[in-house]
Amino acid sequence: MKNCEYQQIDPQALSTPTPTPPPHQGNEPEKKTEPKRPKRKWEVFPGKNRFYCDGRLIVARQSGVLPLTVGLILVTSGLFFIFDCPFLVKHLTSCIPVIGGVLFVFVIITLLQTSFTDPGILPRATPDEAADIEKQIDNTGNTSYRPPPRTKEVLINQQVVKLKYCFTCKMFRPPRTSHCSLCDNCVERFDHHCPWVGNCVGKRNYRFFYTFIVSLSFLTAFIFGCVTTHLALRAQGGKGLVFALQESPGSAVELVICFFSVWSILGLSGFHTYLVASNLTTNEDIKGSWSGKSGEDVTNPYSHKNIFINCCSVLCAPMPPSLIDRRGFLPADESAQTGGTDIELPTLATKSEINVEEKCLDFAVTCSG
Amino acid sequence: MAETHSLQDLQQPAVSSKVFVQRDYSSGTICRFQTKFPSELESRLDKQQFEETIQALNNLYAEAEKLGGKSYLEGCLACLTAYTIFLCMETHYEKVLKKIARYIKDQNEKIYAPRGLLLTDPIERGLRVVEVTIFEDRSIGSGR
Repeated sequence: MKNCEYQQIDPQALSTPTPTPPPHQGNEPEKKTEPKRPKRKWEVFPGKNRFYCDGRLIVARQSGVLPLTVGLILVTSGLFFIFDCPFLVKHLTSCIPVIGGVLFVFVIITLLQTSFTDPGILPRATPDEAADIEKQIDNTGNTSYRPPPRTKEVLINQQVVKLKYCFTCKMFRPPRTSHCSLCDNCVERFDHHCPWVGNCVGKRNYRFFYTFIVSLSFLTAFIFGCVTTHLALRAQGGKGLVFALQESPGSAVELVICFFSVWSILGLSGFHTYLVASNLTTNEDIKGSWSGKSGEDVTNPYSHKNIFINCCSVLCAPMPPSLIDRRGFLPADESAQTGGTDIELPTLATKSEINVEEKCLDFAVTCSG
Repeated sequence: MAETHSLQDLQQPAVSSKVFVQRDYSSGTICRFQTKFPSELESRLDKQQFEETIQALNNLYAEAEKLGGKSYLEGCLACLTAYTIFLCMETHYEKVLKKIARYIKDQNEKIYAPRGLLLTDPIERGLRVVEVTIFEDRSIGSGR
């Protein structure tokens, strides 16, 4: 009865080149018939990142001085276990290599976790979302030209906070989010981009980073103390420091490394302890967002006004999930990175979509008529 | 012939438009969505129904991010093991995300799909928006 009209609006004939029969079993026949290996999302990730282990590990493209950090830690700890531990175990206690070992393991694990964990990257807005936001901005502002700074003000705990529009990610950045130019990603609760760990430090890996620098300061101080004790014991009895250094040359290297790093690492740990206790990020502290420099009465709206609760909320809060779904598969018909719909629709160019809708309307009219 | 046509209709509805429910940052950075009813949905859905869905989602996300005794314990234990337990254990947040996915699927099946709408799980949009896809009204010729 309605044979001709049905043929008219057959969407497959319009969109995909495959001359398949009408689908009885679902959407599968509409897909392109060439068998492509399904791609994972990390392979088309737009930021400047590198992925290892099939998307399980993520690191910034610029690895910075991460190899140097790992090398320094390994060398110093290695020399400690080879040169100092035997002497100290004999003359003091065998707890020393145990403590050193535990600290070393902690440092290495937390360092690797800081470097290889997604810091809290926000996925970029889908084209539909971006279009929706553009529409809203144009509605409220001047439509003849786009004013350069796009901001939105929100009230957070009675404090006015300005949300900036990110031109790269095409969305208004949530509070405390910042766009890292090195990684080309918006990162939630952005603290800083650390070249020593080769990654951004943000919401998801801040606790790893904090544990890393605290345990590293303990390790450095511990090695420094042990080396000093070792050399002091060897130099006893009038033998002198030079003699002690000649007997244990590795200790000299450790002494130099530890002496120069312990101050900066202890300082950094102290600084971050202050940040954790007041629920601030390095980014906010440097910019003076909540210090009232401009004379306004501003307070940190994210602080819980209690040091203990602040520490717990930063370090012991539930671990947020990674939002970028690195290992998920791309929908098979989305290899050209079109809109992010979840429905298995054939990818129509806008022109043919309008075409289909017009023909649908025609059909609807003939059906009801 | 007519059945084939209506099956095709139901399986390939054309997307009419999408509505995005944005985040509500008035209580800070916790995950909350605005409960304001979008005008585009007025013809399809009850205002109260929509608000109930969003409020339920907000409550679930609040549960995921809640700072309480259990989360502190999990955090401290994780710290003591140098956070290696995250490799073997499913975190509290992930468990609640699964609950949220089930809830959204349930809401879609019961309430939204019969009205030609589809909720997208916010986690697939980076927890930025709740995307509501509005499908073209195909109530003509489909025997509904």
